Amino acid sequence: MTNLEKYNDAFITTFEITEDQLAGLKYQDIQAWDSVGHMSLIAALEDAFDIMFDTDDIIDFSSYEKGKEILSKEEYGVKF
Amino acid sequence: MSESWDLARFADNIALKDENGQSVSYSCLVEETDRIAERIGRRCLVFSLCRNEIGSVVGYTAFIRHRIAPVLLNSHLEEDLLYSLLEIYSPKYLWIPEDMQERFQGMEVVYSSYRYCLLKTGYSRDYPLYDELGLLLTTSGSTGSPKFVRQSYENIFDNAHSIVKYLHLDDTERPITTLPMNYTYGLSIINSHLLVGATILVTEKTLMQKEFWSFFKDEGATSFGGVPYTYEMLDKLRFCRMKLPSLRTMTQAGGKILPELHEKFAKYAEENSKEFVVMYGQCEATARMGYLPPEKAVEKKGSMGIAIPGGKFSLIDAEGKKITEPHTTGELVYEGKNVTLGYAERGEDLILGDERHGILETGDMAQFDEDGYYYIVGRKKRFLKIYGNRVNLDEIDRMIKSEFGIDAASTGVDDHMYIFLTNGSLSDQVREFVIRKTRLNPAAFQVKVIDEIPKNDAGKTLYKELTKYYE
Repeated sequence: MTNLEKYNDAFITTFEITEDQLAGLKYQDIQAWDSVGHMSLIAALEDAFDIMFDTDDIIDFSSYEKGKEILSKEEYGVKF
Repeated sequence: MSESWDLARFADNIALKDENGQSVSYSCLVEETDRIAERIGRRCLVFSLCRNEIGSVVGYTAFIRHRIAPVLLNSHLEEDLLYSLLEIYSPKYLWIPEDMQERFQGMEVVYSSYRYCLLKTGYSRDYPLYDELGLLLTTSGSTGSPKFVRQSYENIFDNAHSIVKYLHLDDTERPITTLPMNYTYGLSIINSHLLVGATILVTEKTLMQKEFWSFFKDEGATSFGGVPYTYEMLDKLRFCRMKLPSLRTMTQAGGKILPELHEKFAKYAEENSKEFVVMYGQCEATARMGYLPPEKAVEKKGSMGIAIPGGKFSLIDAEGKKITEPHTTGELVYEGKNVTLGYAERGEDLILGDERHGILETGDMAQFDEDGYYYIVGRKKRFLKIYGNRVNLDEIDRMIKSEFGIDAASTGVDDHMYIFLTNGSLSDQVREFVIRKTRLNPAAFQVKVIDEIPKNDAGKTLYKELTKYYE
């Protein structure tokens, strides 16, 4: 699985959505991405990439796109 | 005891402030609430679609001050359910966020204030209201039944005064909203802080958003409340490492927190000169019934504490006899002026008076220790707390049966519901249905397909036998 597939998969599995819903998806756009869902998403991504997010990045993770940007940062080093 | 807030006393203090920099002083709050009430003109029923926004709190304050009875509902309430509630209760007015106005075409906007507006519904039916009826709330996490808890003015203000007393609140407090205001615990924070002239920091942002924490820090929030799941999230955010010098008090209610988290937050509070206060309550007792004094938080971890000032706890056994021996399980009974009037299930019930007379059988099974501290050990009725919301399991079973015509047995532990079915082809549909009805995060719900739902000879479902399927 590529990093993008892993990334997408975390969203699709956690929020029970389809791939075509991912682009532009933001926190609270769908019922499943509330604060409870956010915590599950973070846990799924931490597992998938074997990383641990900083608090500041957890609360900055406001959209599908923003999350990619955060994971691309040096400390996580995920390349898309 | 006066049955309102003395807002005018705090004239220049700021009552409400939001993250966009808008604020309302206590004197402005008096003027604006007078104007709203004047537009309504008489005692009647209003539905308020709540958000943690200034307009929502201003409207609520107006209704209570001027003895207009509001039904407080979440603005995200399922549309079908809202329409059915409107039909059942025929409120004279709606108080709604301006951005929802187009959903109520045909209703006239008669007033607007702080991005909320007052709509005249045009319902001709007018159910008489009991004189002391202050407001109506859904029992938390209600799954679509029209059942409301009826709270009196005395209930609201007696409980608010008691909270002020045991949390030592004064006008230097700046609580930040973390719970919906239509949820009894969230509302009790508003009610108690308006009594002392404090500044309530209102925001729709959640703990998971940067904007929440910027608002918290910029405005120097002094307290917040959380349900058990809130503390799990805070733990995940490594809350104990955050620098929050303005924070004084964290309160917890809405279910039993995991003992290890109780200990962790109690220790954090102790080491950082803050207070962690575990509390106990129900919508049926307005909001609060018990609290664990913060100095006992570490020593008595796992306990929900003692009765609040003015209240009294006791335990009764299966025969209704009072339990006097420590460490004996019985049903928790509470007595106090905050025990609500009763329920309403239809418009005709709004005239009903006090049906409980200050005594509430809580449905929680508890024990007390030698020092008189209470511990919740189980529940008499079948319900779960999911993210702090009470979900009635029998009601879920009934709803599935009426929607799909099949037998279902729902059970589980707090924050994790298992729905047992025998028909696998419906499992996705049933799960989606329950999620839609409860409007809770899907992560809490799991459907399990088994050959047969275990029942006794009398046809009663044996829920205990289902525990072996839990994960």
